[in-house]
Amino acid sequence: MKRQIPVVLVGLFGLFMIFQYFVPHESSEWIYEFLLDWTIIIGIFAMALGLWSLYRVSVEKIRTRKPAWGYNYLTLVGLFTMMLFGFTSQNGEAWGWFFPFMVAANLTLVMIIQASVTKGHRGLFLGTAGVCLAVCIVIIIFDDTWGFHFETAEGLQSTMFRAFFDNILIPIFATMFSLLAFFIASAAYRAFRARNVMATLLLLAALIVMLRFNPYFGPLSPYMSKASNWLMNVPNLAAQRAIIIGVGLGIVATALKVILGIERGYMGKG
Amino acid sequence: MGKRHWILLGAIVAVIIIAAVLWLFPKERWGTVFSLLLVFGGLVALLLRSLYAKEVERRIIFLFILVAVAAPILFPITFTEKPTAVVQAVFDKIENLPSGSTVLLSFDFDPAMAPEVQPMANAISRHCLEKGHKVIFMSLWATGQALLSQSLSDYILLGFPDKVDGVDYVNIGYKAGNEGVLNVIVSNFEKMFPTDVNSVPLKDIRIFDDIASAKDVDFIMSIGGGMPGPKEWVLFVGDPGDVDVGVGVAAVVAPQMYPYYPAQVIGILGGVKGAAEYEYALKDAYPVFADMDTPGLRMMGPQTLAHIVILSFIVIGNIIYFRGRRERKQ
Repeated sequence: MKRQIPVVLVGLFGLFMIFQYFVPHESSEWIYEFLLDWTIIIGIFAMALGLWSLYRVSVEKIRTRKPAWGYNYLTLVGLFTMMLFGFTSQNGEAWGWFFPFMVAANLTLVMIIQASVTKGHRGLFLGTAGVCLAVCIVIIIFDDTWGFHFETAEGLQSTMFRAFFDNILIPIFATMFSLLAFFIASAAYRAFRARNVMATLLLLAALIVMLRFNPYFGPLSPYMSKASNWLMNVPNLAAQRAIIIGVGLGIVATALKVILGIERGYMGKG
Repeated sequence: MGKRHWILLGAIVAVIIIAAVLWLFPKERWGTVFSLLLVFGGLVALLLRSLYAKEVERRIIFLFILVAVAAPILFPITFTEKPTAVVQAVFDKIENLPSGSTVLLSFDFDPAMAPEVQPMANAISRHCLEKGHKVIFMSLWATGQALLSQSLSDYILLGFPDKVDGVDYVNIGYKAGNEGVLNVIVSNFEKMFPTDVNSVPLKDIRIFDDIASAKDVDFIMSIGGGMPGPKEWVLFVGDPGDVDVGVGVAAVVAPQMYPYYPAQVIGILGGVKGAAEYEYALKDAYPVFADMDTPGLRMMGPQTLAHIVILSFIVIGNIIYFRGRRERKQ
């Protein structure tokens, strides 16, 4: 039963989702939208599961002292800090006891992690976590210079959230992405060599498309533009369409296998 | 000639070049000229070296890319851009919509993609607001929400202090659910977005007086490159809802969007080049934007120089390959 029920459910809903597409009736659309709501609800639960999973994996790495285990503290503290920043914002100009609250909240988290990973002194860590938590609660109750915002997006506008997002997250992501330029240059130097006819064609196509983006080649621009447009609109289009159709057929085949219960990888076992 | 003579000759040539630059160019162009000389001079030296089939080390390539990207940032180089047909199509679509039309702008990107696509998002937003269109801002990416807020407060709305939230534009923010969100808003906005980001119910927002679903908007512009993103907007809203969709994507994603152009996607803005062309078209058509910040046009300098360096290394690599093959045969 443990295996049959999920297979039957998947088959049933899979078939419904296929047939509803061809039934433009109000009730069919209602069920379709109802099921879509479930997709979103399940997605949100998956987010909570993801957070718990990240916590478990990080704590396990700290406990077993895996290589670079120290960074897991940073991951969890970063996650917790950004969540708190996202849910809090100032009520006026003053910060009040917000930063001592953040320190106490993060200390609570670190003490809980320590209690999870340590063999001895568990009581000491849990006790310290309790004290830090009590400090947090006292600050929340008596400090009205800032507050929690669970139902509005005010937290997303909060100074600290914006400062961390704009000045830490964006440069980090941008740096990672910009490193591509260095690796692309090095890879292009090594890979784009006219070793055979196909490689030569690839090399020429790449050169033409890159030159088309280049304003330095002014007199050649119209020809490069025409050649580049032809490359994009004819060979590229044909290949992209072939890929899209191939992927589409693959999706249909996989969906049928899942609906008919042949492919059961989603249950954790093939 | 010995090594010392070559060094002496090199030093004399360098001094002559420096003197010529100082004499020929105004002070404000010195940085640009010296950086270009450094890059191109270095490339010529490597080209000569490649005739002896000597491979170039990876760190030398990295150094050239560093200089090629950093120099035009420190000493800006700008170019004139002529909008291509795919970019002009988006510009014309927004330009030809009657004032007061509703445009939906989706920020479907994260901070990694932002430097490439945020300039086009800002330029299109400005264009829509200047034309008097009502703009609905939203995001299918969790991190896109914060970038959207940043764009609105730091760039877009600064030029439009008279625009009113809820009347001229509205930010309905992010909702989890990827394609599921699109599947719902194609028939009902309120079901997925009961309020905007400021917790104002959608039914109290003037823009939504005549807008019940994504089918009712006049034009959708999705800016992103990942999933969910422009492709999903075409598949789940543009086609089923019969709404015109334009896309702005990262350069690497642009070739994947061509199969949808022009039937399902009316125009494509690809990468920094697309943004630069749009910014140029906007500045050209509206003198009010003459002093507008144009990050797309600014970034074309580093991108162009980096492209030239990459192209040169491809050529150098092939010379080394063929010289090496000839030497091996001999």
